[in-house]
Amino acid sequence: MASGSQLEAIKIDMDTIEVSNLNRQFLFRQSHVGQSKAKVARDAVLKFRPHINITPCHANIKDPEFDVEFFKKFNVVLNGLDNLDARRHVNRLCLAAEVPLVESGTTGFLGQVTVHVKGKTECYECQPKPTPKTYPVCTITSTPSKFVHCIVWAKDLLFAKLFGDKNQENDLNVRSSDGTNSTNHTEDVFERRTDEDPEQYACKIYDHVFGYNIEVALTNEETWKSRNKPRPLYVRDVLPDNLIQQNGSLENSVTEESVVSSMSSLGLKNPQDIWSLSENSKIFLEALRLFIERRQKDIGNLTFDKDDQLAVEFVTAAANIRASSFGIPLHSLFEAKGIAGNIVHAVATTNAIIAGLIVIEAIKILQGDFENLRMTYCLEHPSRKMLLMPVQPFEANKSCYVCSETPLLLEINTRTSKLRDFVEKIVKNKLGMHSPLIMHGSTLIFEAGDGLEEDVVANYALILDKALAELPAPVTSGTVLTVEDLHQEFSCNINIKHREEFDEEKEPDGMVLAGWIAPTQKDARIVSNGESTSAAHPAVTEMVEKSDDVEIAREKPGTKRKLSEMSEMIDHVHDIKPCSSHDVGDQVHPQEVEDNDDDDDIVILDENPETRKKKRLQ
Amino acid sequence: MVLAGIGSLTLMDDRSVTEDVLQSNFLIPPDEAYYSGRSLDELCCESLKDFNPMVRVSVEKGDLSQFDGEFFDKFDAVVLSCCSLKTKKAINEKCRRRPRRVAFYAIECRDSCGEIFVDLQKYTYIQVMSSYVAPCLDYILDCYKHGCLDTSDASKKSDGTAECQLNYPSLEEAISIAWRDLPRKVSKVYFAMRVIERFELSEGRNPGETSISDLPLILKMRKELCDAQSLGESYIPTSLLERILAAGGKEHPPVCAILGGVLGQEVIKAISGKGDPLKNFFYFDTADGKGIIEDMSNSSTS
Repeated sequence: MASGSQLEAIKIDMDTIEVSNLNRQFLFRQSHVGQSKAKVARDAVLKFRPHINITPCHANIKDPEFDVEFFKKFNVVLNGLDNLDARRHVNRLCLAAEVPLVESGTTGFLGQVTVHVKGKTECYECQPKPTPKTYPVCTITSTPSKFVHCIVWAKDLLFAKLFGDKNQENDLNVRSSDGTNSTNHTEDVFERRTDEDPEQYACKIYDHVFGYNIEVALTNEETWKSRNKPRPLYVRDVLPDNLIQQNGSLENSVTEESVVSSMSSLGLKNPQDIWSLSENSKIFLEALRLFIERRQKDIGNLTFDKDDQLAVEFVTAAANIRASSFGIPLHSLFEAKGIAGNIVHAVATTNAIIAGLIVIEAIKILQGDFENLRMTYCLEHPSRKMLLMPVQPFEANKSCYVCSETPLLLEINTRTSKLRDFVEKIVKNKLGMHSPLIMHGSTLIFEAGDGLEEDVVANYALILDKALAELPAPVTSGTVLTVEDLHQEFSCNINIKHREEFDEEKEPDGMVLAGWIAPTQKDARIVSNGESTSAAHPAVTEMVEKSDDVEIAREKPGTKRKLSEMSEMIDHVHDIKPCSSHDVGDQVHPQEVEDNDDDDDIVILDENPETRKKKRLQ
Repeated sequence: MVLAGIGSLTLMDDRSVTEDVLQSNFLIPPDEAYYSGRSLDELCCESLKDFNPMVRVSVEKGDLSQFDGEFFDKFDAVVLSCCSLKTKKAINEKCRRRPRRVAFYAIECRDSCGEIFVDLQKYTYIQVMSSYVAPCLDYILDCYKHGCLDTSDASKKSDGTAECQLNYPSLEEAISIAWRDLPRKVSKVYFAMRVIERFELSEGRNPGETSISDLPLILKMRKELCDAQSLGESYIPTSLLERILAAGGKEHPPVCAILGGVLGQEVIKAISGKGDPLKNFFYFDTADGKGIIEDMSNSSTS
């Protein structure tokens, strides 16, 4: 791209360089670790294109300085983002500024490039993007069948219970068949008395979650009628010669290190090894002990962080022990970290291909060649001989609430749902607005964002806890709310419909947003050497990410990542490390449905059955 | 390949820096004082070393087509680019005669299209057939066609992998297949490349040493070849030939990235013995945006 002599470019990136980037982000070197990606990238490009004009911006693309006026200055925007929220944000700004947008993403060996031109093609949000994968609570607490279920348990239940906010509700303790909660058994097993020996405490926890809780679960016969029964595990059985009991020499060998790690204190060096049950158990006990002895101050306010070595070790071990109990294959720390941290393979070669395709589209836009724009999908396995599949861009979806201003419908219990729920779950999460204004007719109900005065914010904070029907301008069935984000220059109307009941499992949010209609009959054409033929067929589905986004089907205030951030589309280049190649389960590629006349160079694409299967799970 | 961490990479390219090279090769700083008097392999070697200190990157001097067969025993894979057809065939033959397989790749990038040729001889590899993977119908059919999806359970292992075997033709064999016998709707780039190849051979030109003024001779060559193959000349679009001729030795950087990405991935797959390898040609053309795999092997060889 940097070969045009008149090109002026701005690169915006809020990240700094990490070691894990170096296997593919080849503009960076070891010596650059810690520095701004935008700046180092610019410097690297100048080395082979000294006269090019690139301005680096070490900033967040969502910052208010990047407003519509800013975007209007450009002929084309190329996205290399790694989260859905930012992509939607940029999409809206590009629509408002009327600047063509080239979107892209890669996931392992899959990738795609799409082009969005207002008035000519779909916008980025015309097609629904998959929402974050959630699992039913009971699968996590009682009947795991995949390793990812064990990870979610270890991360969001056990780790949270032991090291997180004590005041948080936690589903960790299983209900036994007689309906009593298993914590009635002991007073709170998880509370450690100050005089309680850390190692003994660790063993007690182990026995409780892997032994006692499993026995309790087994008493519920119905659950296990058509499932493999888990086996309870106790320290005394798994580690008969528990070395930790024979401390002394082991403890003394742990020196004051900057990074506390159970792996190093146990001499298990290779994160790619799959540990045995007893090794995992040792790691579990040792990690728990180390948290208590060395990181006491963190206990009570930790959330899982994939860059926290000890946390990753603990979660890996806990997940593996649970997996062992349920007959699920164990995984290495490397793989577990990938799943727990929502880390996705980033493959340098796929990134190169996608980068090349991005540039090809960008050049067309700069040359005004809008007729030949295309979307291109990079597959892992060829479909109809094609590894790279071009598709003509679709027309805008007339029902897209982002680019076509169609109103939405929200079913909600207006008597019990609070304004806060509406703002968090719908306005910020689903609609992706950051600085929303909510209007009821001409009355401004609520505002959020920077630049508001303190007393205004305080007033709004008070009404957040009011139920919708109790607001000064009551919101009831039939009300139309207008929600706007001035920064994104995006506005949409929501028709409110009151509903009393919501299904806890299927509608955990207690509200349902609808009205966005998925495009059905669409013409898709593969551009083919000048020929153009068309056939009606179902729309191409966006490729779904490979990583398992995991979150228990329950909202957790205070979690570091928003729901929308966790629903990663195909991630682009950023801080992502390889994860398990086992969980290729979510590999999706457009699948051929019909075999047309052989003379046509058309691939007819349909939603991949895998996607449909996943939707059912949610 | 270097980023991925292969063991070693040996470069051979005694050409000097030209304007065309600087337009598409970002490993070479456009500083004449720096690159003057040095060949491309030396310059690229220096940059590549930086990408991954764990990889041994080095340069080999000399004329590759004069080297003995033993020279190739040091390598798991050989990749040729900007070589004449004669050289490509000769090196391919040498690789095929080695006792231990040397994977062979040839890549050509002309204007905004390109071709990759793969020869892995007799190749056995691990295929992941876990229940998670939902291969598309074509893919399964392709596997059955190539005889590498064994319906018996013998080759399937409990971890969901299966052993597959493929037989690749040599370059000579592959391009000798009569055009009428090729699969339907083969990429036009294949034919265009063959015409230009022949032209360069008969005119004694270096690869890429063409220009639009060669068009009349090229069209004549096209007619000769098409007649010999009993095919109409319009089978090979004039516009495609024009593009490639006009570009000469120029390579379009994004197309290099695409072809390079595909090729890099193939080499890594072959070296590791994992992953379905490409068989046996790959084409990309910006004009239609398709990246196509063409399997051109006689039933006797496949």
